[in-house]
Amino acid sequence: MTRLAGQHLLGMRGLDRDTIYRILDTATGFRDISRRTIKKVPTLRGRVVLTIFYEPSTRTRMSFELAAKRLSADTAAIQVAGSAAQKGETLLDTAQNLDAMQLDAVVIRHGASGAPHFLAERIKARVINAGDGQHEHPTQALLDLYTMREHFGRLEGLEVSIVGDLLHSRVARSNLIGLATVGAKVRVFAPRTLLPPGLAETYGCTVCTTLDEALEGARVLMTLRLQKERMTSGLLPSLREYAREYGINAERLAKIRPDGVLMHPGPVNRGVELSPEVMDGPRSVILAQVENGVAVRMAVLYLILGGGEEAAS
Amino acid sequence: MTGVLIRNARLLDPVRHTDELGDVLVVGETIAALGPPATLSAADGVEIIDGGAGRLWVMPGLVDLHVHLREPGEEYKEDIESGSRAAAAGGFTTIVAMANTKPVADNAEVIRYVLERGRSVGLCRVLPVGAVTMGQAGETLAPFGELKAAGAVALSDDGHWLASSRLCRSALEYAQDFCLGLHMHAEDPGLSAGGLMHEGAVSTGLGLRGIPGAAEDVAVARDLILAEATGGRLHICHVSTARSVELIRAAKARGVRVTAEATPHHFTLTDEAVVGFDPNTKMRPPLRGVADRQAVIAGLADGTIDAIATDHAPHSTIEKDAPYEEAANGIIGLQTALPLALALWRAGGLSLLNMVERLTTGPLGVLGMTCPGLARGAPADLAILDPECTFDLTAAALMSKSKNSPFVGWQLKGAVETTLLGGRATYRRHESK
Repeated sequence: MTRLAGQHLLGMRGLDRDTIYRILDTATGFRDISRRTIKKVPTLRGRVVLTIFYEPSTRTRMSFELAAKRLSADTAAIQVAGSAAQKGETLLDTAQNLDAMQLDAVVIRHGASGAPHFLAERIKARVINAGDGQHEHPTQALLDLYTMREHFGRLEGLEVSIVGDLLHSRVARSNLIGLATVGAKVRVFAPRTLLPPGLAETYGCTVCTTLDEALEGARVLMTLRLQKERMTSGLLPSLREYAREYGINAERLAKIRPDGVLMHPGPVNRGVELSPEVMDGPRSVILAQVENGVAVRMAVLYLILGGGEEAAS
Repeated sequence: MTGVLIRNARLLDPVRHTDELGDVLVVGETIAALGPPATLSAADGVEIIDGGAGRLWVMPGLVDLHVHLREPGEEYKEDIESGSRAAAAGGFTTIVAMANTKPVADNAEVIRYVLERGRSVGLCRVLPVGAVTMGQAGETLAPFGELKAAGAVALSDDGHWLASSRLCRSALEYAQDFCLGLHMHAEDPGLSAGGLMHEGAVSTGLGLRGIPGAAEDVAVARDLILAEATGGRLHICHVSTARSVELIRAAKARGVRVTAEATPHHFTLTDEAVVGFDPNTKMRPPLRGVADRQAVIAGLADGTIDAIATDHAPHSTIEKDAPYEEAANGIIGLQTALPLALALWRAGGLSLLNMVERLTTGPLGVLGMTCPGLARGAPADLAILDPECTFDLTAAALMSKSKNSPFVGWQLKGAVETTLLGGRATYRRHESK
């Protein structure tokens, strides 16, 4: 099993199966705390967790902050708008300054793939990747795995289909790694301009050539967010066409297994990747994903910042 | 008169295609005599280098067609002195300085400045390249006649492809009036836009936006068509894809006046080296796939690619110590070219004399110059090396002001012992420690 205490969490790459299950099991205990009236335990009292987000985010940052607070850690947040980074401070300088402040963990989101790795090589605090460029978003994959396991009781052999903008999606990449590690059966589909090369060889998934091929028999249909910028960069003609050709509506959702669920990492472009009826419909577990996100991030902070090893041994 | 006698060394002559033991006597600035092993004697005061019955190798001084010396304008990265020092330590005696200085070498003053600085430093023959377009902006032609008269040996907007086919055609035509070749950075900017590394399974895994091989192939194909149509002299810089090797090979067979170069990093590394996000694996064109690397090696072996050129591109930590996406493109290469070329030979990529040709006669031929080889009366520009010497490359051993090399930490085999420029030692390994 990979040791988590004192480690960085830079990606799903490198997490073995037992470690993933350990995080999910730990999160189960923490989710109960979040459902109490007093949503707080003293586990990480005195520890300092900083969130630094170079890209806008509502739910991920909030989720990490709630997770830290529920474990009694002190939190601080840097939003890049108005911070030194906007004044031309490099990530290298930021790293050195953060280090001087004696932080225990830094949760970073950055538009450049590999930025958390860059930071991790240069600071003493533990680095948790909250999304880097188009590379990884490990806590999203962990909360997705948690949600799937909660719903189906197992991950091995689970038929998961990921559809949408695979080219630009860090959520897809982290999920593809995690799902391969736990032995799920994964299919993917993307419009041809949003399909990166080498997916099958890199992640052991099946690349479908039609949307229907991905939908048939899926137990989990994971949809991805479409960035509006894709229209201006010549990859797609219009949101309308995307919705018509690739959007998930009731008719398409009916092609997955009767007990199948619909997931999305949020935020959803209503009426584009998902029609409002399926988004708010009974198959949707999108809000469960959000709730589970806090518990999974509590587990990650807890296991990385200590306590976890003693509890296990 | 000073002199050097290299006795009983392995002499590699790419001009006569000979590889044999022998002596070389240098007197003053030229090779005074050559002879069978241990037959030449020296007058008093002549330094004697013992070749150890072939332990040391002697070849003509190496020539690098593609070097960014950063002077004038970016002397904090490199200057003509530090760049020349790195070149001499790498066995080079002639280096071709690219035109993307600040200001750009689109006028006689910059060309003359580089030539004069090169001469006064005196560690290398520094041959300047003039820009193809004013400010390398791709809009109006630079004054080729003025550049040539000032001493430019070639024309290049390196770093920028001439996206306008009309202008490219004019440049290929007009350059013929001055017997200058166009050194082209072949990259269609529309296809490479936003790209950070070779597009393939590795870029997918790393989430780094890809530069498809087609970005180079499309540009090379157009350039070849225009070279064929105009009869102009075209040189393709840093060839990186299998398809462009194939296109150049076919064009050469048709008689198109095209030459090409490849870098040590492209024949040594693939896109797998980017795993881990080391910014010293970021350059244009990017490190390509396995099949591309093999095709570049095959192109070097069969002469489709005429020259090994480093694309020595110094950047300071300000540009390089950053997340991959933000880091500047380019790596240094003057001190690693020879050991990496030797490694390619050892791996069976090409024959030894072939390798020497790609570093000497090949690049000079691209410029329309001839290499006299190891011949009596030739200028004593010589590289003397110990091919068996292994060393761990450290940043401290790099003479460049910048240390942006992915090969720092590598164990390399083949060290330059002494470099002679016109009979004078510009580098001695035992003195550099």
